[in-house]
Amino acid sequence: MTDWLGPEEWQAVRLSLKVSASAVAASLPLGLICALALAKGRFPGRQLLNGLVHLPLILPPVVTGYLLLIAFSRQGPLGSLLEPFGISFAFSWTGAALAAAIMAFPLMVRPMRLAFEAVDPGLEAAAATLGASRLRVFATVTLPLALPGVVAGAILAFAKAMGEFGATITFVSNIPGETRTIPTAIYAFLQMPGGEGAALRLVAVSVALAMGALLASEWLSRRIARRVAA
Amino acid sequence: MIAIHVKKRLGAFDLDAGFEAPPGVIALFGKSGSGKTSLINAVAGLLRPEAGRIEVDGAVLFDGAARIDIPVHRRRVGYVFQDARLFPHMSVAKNLAYGGRHDRDRVIDLLGLDTLLDRRPAALSGGERQRVAIGRALMSDPRLLLMDEPLSALDAERKAEILPWLERLRDEAGLPILYVSHAASEVARLATTVVVMEAGGVRRVGAVGEVLSDPAAVGMIGAQEAGAVVRARIAGLDRIDGLTELALSGGRIVLPGRLGRLGTHLRLRISAQDVILAREKPQGLSALNILPAEVTAVDEGPEGAAVGLLCGADRLLARVTRRSARALRLEPGQRVWAIVKASAVAPDDVGGAV
Repeated sequence: MTDWLGPEEWQAVRLSLKVSASAVAASLPLGLICALALAKGRFPGRQLLNGLVHLPLILPPVVTGYLLLIAFSRQGPLGSLLEPFGISFAFSWTGAALAAAIMAFPLMVRPMRLAFEAVDPGLEAAAATLGASRLRVFATVTLPLALPGVVAGAILAFAKAMGEFGATITFVSNIPGETRTIPTAIYAFLQMPGGEGAALRLVAVSVALAMGALLASEWLSRRIARRVAA
Repeated sequence: MIAIHVKKRLGAFDLDAGFEAPPGVIALFGKSGSGKTSLINAVAGLLRPEAGRIEVDGAVLFDGAARIDIPVHRRRVGYVFQDARLFPHMSVAKNLAYGGRHDRDRVIDLLGLDTLLDRRPAALSGGERQRVAIGRALMSDPRLLLMDEPLSALDAERKAEILPWLERLRDEAGLPILYVSHAASEVARLATTVVVMEAGGVRRVGAVGEVLSDPAAVGMIGAQEAGAVVRARIAGLDRIDGLTELALSGGRIVLPGRLGRLGTHLRLRISAQDVILAREKPQGLSALNILPAEVTAVDEGPEGAAVGLLCGADRLLARVTRRSARALRLEPGQRVWAIVKASAVAPDDVGGAV
């Protein structure tokens, strides 16, 4: 079973899973806050936030990658700020995770926002009259009722992160073992004479992972929806 | 003492309502759109008034001038919404415990909830849902209970199921209740004080017997809904004919059905349209209920005349056409006979007395 994929291919699969899982885990709290603010908040600059969240969906990925490269290089405005703390994104797997998180962010926020909007404000008002603070209302009423959408957003973001190519290769290049995820590995194998076999095997893995993520998301959402409704 | 005064502009609608009332069941009564729900939302803290003051038993919940605005979750105001609003992802037991476990066993017993505890809200009937919502509000240990037409979403059968629970609540829990309704039968059964609202303002405040039997209030209450509330004692039961004889302060009336045990007191609403007036004591009439009365007031409106009557110590209300009022020469002080149609008293209109 293990010799079905070569060591380099395995490395790419493992790295992709690590990068995508980190990207989703790290952006989940911010995603929840953005989704909640867009769904329930009434504040100046709401449209601006909406635009910012959706920007990576519309910009060419190479532009996003290049902006990240400018901002987070050792001499860049954010990179130089973070360097004294020993945090560096440039040309490392954490950079790949950052690029994936930003590219996947709109896909994560959208289902979450729709789910928060669908929660009946009347139930939240009822919880408040029963003595629940805003935080408790969120934790015990809003979040549990929106959970199917939150899970769907997280899985969609994971699937998108697994497939991220343009921003990743522009920002952190294509370094085997560090930033060579499945898509960049496929690209590299295709550039190599005799690499088609390895590329095709990774394509198969890619398709399987994407299908698996979608099915898992469907199954989870339905399970949660049943628990919430019945 | 409950003292509420609230000012709020809502689009083209101006809410400017105030009243003071002793604790008990205070019915906010009026047509839809008169501002009842907005007023209790302000009491709950779900609607912020522009000015005013809300005080319940010495606790100030809102005071525009003193800049006091206690947040919703610290007001200790239980709210039973028209649509129950149970949390769909929690069992009945968890719904009940959400706001606290105050008096848990007694509340469950009072509302008959023990067989429902493991169920989900989706598996409950409308009446059961309302009972759970009432229990949930009570267990949060409120200082005031708000009920926004808790029965309006229910059919007659479910209403008949819940009304006795509400009466027990009034008589046993000793909690002030602000009760929004536009059904006179509910108000007559439950209320101690009636606040009549119209177009965002309070038009009338008073004890239930006084307001509902006031001819001048008929226009605000609606001709169909007007009717007096009297106290009665069950003085006799006729098992063969299936009748109950009730003693009122001014005489006796007989109603169909068995309304309770001998000697018990109850409240009875007598709809104004079911009272006929005569100058002389009628003879040979199928109606069994003929009471001597004195006219106290006559209020002529566009739809007819409302006649206030004093029958013993009880106030009654009759509705006649303006032509009849003239023909009978009805005026204050006039002695008349009031004929109450026995079949007209709906089961909804008979409630346990305070």
